Order: sequence, then structure tokens, then C-alpha cells
Amino acid sequence: MYRRTLVLMLLAGCLGLAACAHKPPKPSPEQQQSTAGGPGAESQGAEGGANANGGPFGNQNSVAGPQQGLLAKRTVYFDFDSAVIKGDGTDIVAAHAKYLSDHADARVRLEGNTDERGSPEYNIGLGMRRAQAVRQALLLQGASASQITVVSYGAEHPVDPAHNEDAWSKNRRVDIVYLTPNMQPPQAPQ
Amino acid sequence: MRPTLRPVAFLRTFLAVLTAACLTAPAAMAQLKLEITSGVTNPVPIAIVPFAESPTDGTDVADVVQHDLVGSGRFTALPRNKMPATPTSPAQVKFADWKAAGSDYMVVGQVVPVAGGQIAVDFNLLNTLTGQSIARQRFTGSAAALRNAAHRVSDVIYQAITGIRGAFATRIAYVAVVPDGAEQRFQLVIADADGYNQHLILESRFPIMSPAWSPDGQWIAYVSFENHLSAVYVQRVQSGQRSRVSMRAGINGAPAWSPDGRRLALTLSGDTGHPQIYLLDLSDQRLTRLTDSPSINTEATWSPDGRFIYFTSDRAGEPQIYRIGATPGSPTQRITFTDEYNAGPHLSPDGKLLAMVTRDDGGNYRIAVQNLATGDFRVLTNGRLDTSPSFAPNSATIMYAERPGQAQAGILATISVDGLTGLSLKPTQGEVRDPAWGPFIQ
Repeated sequence: MYRRTLVLMLLAGCLGLAACAHKPPKPSPEQQQSTAGGPGAESQGAEGGANANGGPFGNQNSVAGPQQGLLAKRTVYFDFDSAVIKGDGTDIVAAHAKYLSDHADARVRLEGNTDERGSPEYNIGLGMRRAQAVRQALLLQGASASQITVVSYGAEHPVDPAHNEDAWSKNRRVDIVYLTPNMQPPQAPQ
Repeated sequence: MRPTLRPVAFLRTFLAVLTAACLTAPAAMAQLKLEITSGVTNPVPIAIVPFAESPTDGTDVADVVQHDLVGSGRFTALPRNKMPATPTSPAQVKFADWKAAGSDYMVVGQVVPVAGGQIAVDFNLLNTLTGQSIARQRFTGSAAALRNAAHRVSDVIYQAITGIRGAFATRIAYVAVVPDGAEQRFQLVIADADGYNQHLILESRFPIMSPAWSPDGQWIAYVSFENHLSAVYVQRVQSGQRSRVSMRAGINGAPAWSPDGRRLALTLSGDTGHPQIYLLDLSDQRLTRLTDSPSINTEATWSPDGRFIYFTSDRAGEPQIYRIGATPGSPTQRITFTDEYNAGPHLSPDGKLLAMVTRDDGGNYRIAVQNLATGDFRVLTNGRLDTSPSFAPNSATIMYAERPGQAQAGILATISVDGLTGLSLKPTQGEVRDPAWGPFIQ
């Protein structure tokens, strides 16, 4: 049987063999972007590349919003290939639904996530299905549609980057992120 | 039992060389290391004689050509220290010596200065058994494009001997995720197909995914989640100028250019609905809905004639690949029936093969191809978490993303459509994913 092993170190920009890898310049974050443009339409971006740096991506928003009791819990977990809210997720969602119902000015973003397995864009669909399941549960229990936005990160935003079942079970989740800090104490659970 | 084409064991060997030379590279930009992981059983023996290079920028043209050809799995190269001589033109070749050295073919050539400060790469592909010239050509260009000229030499040799158009002088796009303190950075990177010449065209703290080349190779469409909102952008590769073409409520995802470059297929869900396939006319932003099913419908890929779109849908309960006409109201036809999970389709540029991610009984996600004429379904890879197949423009090779093991970061890999030849492209830091192989460069 023919076997061949050959290893090349590909070091662009290191040996003068190739054009240097370069970093794009960083346009100011305030730079506005056109909507619904196309090739030849209104556009933005600096010479050499665009830059999409915003603030940090992590769950820093989770410190916003109510913290009492179940309201401090912001994550609802799911089984593999399932969009059914499970375990204490039902109670967590109920507590947030009550809070949203009682605080018309509160706003949440539901972030749907999947584990890393499978096709990335299909996972975006699965993450959205989970976010929709939480959204529906919130609406049925008194929250209003205008309080809720949804986004799916699919497998792109794991809380545990490991490639095993333990990590996957933590990553199949919907994060409830409060968008406006609300300093009013939530009413006691009835 | 499904046939799994993997007669040659993958070899995973590292050779840590030249790392010190990398200190001059930008710290946040991972380099890619190419590694051949398997080869065909009867590669063609060829000798790529070092070119006479004057001037030179340090690019060893013969070395680049040799790596291209050997990396294709279809060739084996005579080592330089076994070469009987170093001819640079056919007149200098004593064919008997090369035949004795075991080479069926040989390449000789030169890099010479030409008018206007440019350089020319002259080469000649010779049959050592007959002494005949099979192909000869001259590529003229700037000295800075010498490496690209070498890939063009590889393309000519590959086509002359295999009959298949070479795709060495092409580019790829991919997403790199590099650590940045406690956070990470997502980078959209353009590189030569062998991983060289990397250019960062977008950097973000938010996820970037699903790069897609326009048919003319001038634009990249992609999904970016800047400020926690999904949006689809199109960006000029050369200038970096970009436009946001969709930032509607819910999902904005899975862009795919129509073969004429005038429309983008997109996945949109709205705030409440199911993800559906839409066509966006880039000239007037007119949106046309194609699918209408209370299920996930996403991951559009076009037929080369622009008449059909293949996509993933779980309308039957599990994800499978379907086909729909690219005009509203067209009927839908299910394409895949093997295995319970088939997603992430990508159609070969010749329209004959559909590549996809399939899940086997052991829970492994692997790259498979289905022959659309015969229905023949073959699993090509043997990984655990293989995704995002993308065809080379010559339809001969598929690049995909792979997560090799429990603790290892994602890498890019290629597999020939016959399943026989593989390469891997490993980053020196962080991980790489979501490869998209660009079109032929005219």
C-alpha cells in the first residue's frame, strides 16, 4: 500500500515567500452601515478591509435585570435535537414571564444555541426553534411580543468549548438576556 | 452497509520546522500548516527540476509546483538529491538518465526578467520515455506574483497529465477563531488554496459564519452577528468595502450567490416564523420567497444553470436535502434518503455531485457525496465532527471543516471526490472553520 507523508509549514509572511498577512485598518465603531445595499449600492468599510469590533461578546449582559430567586437563572437547557423546555427550565421561564408581565418596560433578548454537532447553518435553525419555544412560553404566560427579541447563534457561542457530551449538554440552551437594567424590585412570587 | 471509501490510512505526522521564522507574523493571525494525509495507490512519478531563477524573490518555483502536485495525491516527485542533473531547458536534458531515475515526466524551466520590470516564468513539461514536450508555456507578471505563477504552472501540468483542470491557482475563504485574552476574535480570512497569502478581511468579537464567493471571485457574502444581531453582508475582497444586504428580525443566514452573480439565496425566519429560503435581487433588493413549509428550510446551494436550489429541510422530521426550482411556486423534490441526518449541501460546480454532512449510526458527522444522476451515496471522510463541505472549482476536491479529537481545535481538510486523497490545513493557534473554495481566477 502506498503511503506518503509530507508536511509543509505554510508560513505566509514569515519567510518573505509570500505577501505579508495583514490586519485590516479599524474604522471607527460609530461608522454607519447602509441597509439593503448590494454590489454597487451604498457601502461602507475602509480600504483593505472592514472591522466589526463592538464590545465584548460574552454574557456580560446577564448582570442586568432582576436577580431575585429564579430570576437570577437566565439559562434554559434542552435535550439533543429537542426544542422542549426541560427540568427547571419551565419554572425559570415562568418566573421571567411574570416579571416581564409586571414590568412593561423590561426587554429581553432570547439567544438560542445548539451543541457543535452537525451543519452550522442548520444549527442556526435549531437554535432559533429553541428561542421560539421560550418566546412562546413567555407570551403564553403574560409577556408581550414587544418585550422580546430573538437571535440564534447556533453552535457559534458555546459556554463550554470542549468536544464531549458534558459540554454539549451545557451548550444546548437559550440564554435570557435583559437589555435594560431595571432597578425596580420584582414583586414577590404569588 | 454503506460503502466507505477510505482504503488508505490517514497519517498524522508533524514536523515542527521554521517556527522561529514566524515571529515576524502578526500575533493575532494564525498561520495554516498543510499536511498530506493520504495518497492514491499509483501516483505518477515526476521530476520537478529547480528552475533557473534570476531575478528571484525567494520563491522556489519548482518547490511550489512539487508541493502542489504531490499534494494532489496523484503524483510522486523525485527528490532533488536523486536528480542526475539540473537542466533548465529541454536541450540540456539527457532523457536516459531521468528514465533511469524512475521519472515518467519531468519539468524544466526558468524565471527571467522581461520588459517593464516584469518577470516571465517559462517551463516545459517533458515525457522522459519519449523525449517529447507535452506542454510548454510562459506566464508573465509582476515579481510579487511569482508564487501565483508557480500555481499556474501546476495547473497546466496537472491538466496535461490527468485531463482534469487544475485548481491550484485559486483562493479560499474561511473563518478563524483566535484567542484574545479571556475573549476570542472571529476573523474572515482569504488565502491561496494552499493556505499561503492570508489576508484578513474582517475581524469581530461577534461570530462570523458562512462565507460565500461571488461567481466572479470579487465579492464575499457572509453572516456576521455584530451587536448581537444576525445580518448578511457582501464585501469586496480587494477594497474591503461592504454592504449590509439583510438585517431583518430573526435569522439572516446561509447566503449563496446565483451562478450569474445577480441574486443571493438567503435564509430568513422573521421574528416568529420558520426559516425559509428567499432570493434577494442585488440590483433592486427585491425579495422573493421560495419555500413555504412549517419547518427549518436553509443552506441553499445553486445548480450551475441557476434553475434549481438544493437545500436542507427537516419537514419530514429529520434534516434531508431537497431541491426546488428557483422560481416561486416550483415543486419540491426530496433528494437524499440515506441516513437520518443529511445537511449542509454543496453542489459541485459541474452539477454532478452533491456534497453534504451526514450522520452515521455511530453518531459521527462525516462528509458524503451523492451522485445526482445515479443516486450513489458515498461517505468520504472518517472524522467525528466533519462539516461545511465546499467544492474546488474543478469539482475534483472538497474542502471541509474537521474537529479531530476531544481536545483539539477545528482544522480545515480536503478530500478528493473519490475519497482517496486528503490534506489538512492546521492553524498555528486557535481554530479554523467554514471553508469556502473560490472560483477559477481568470
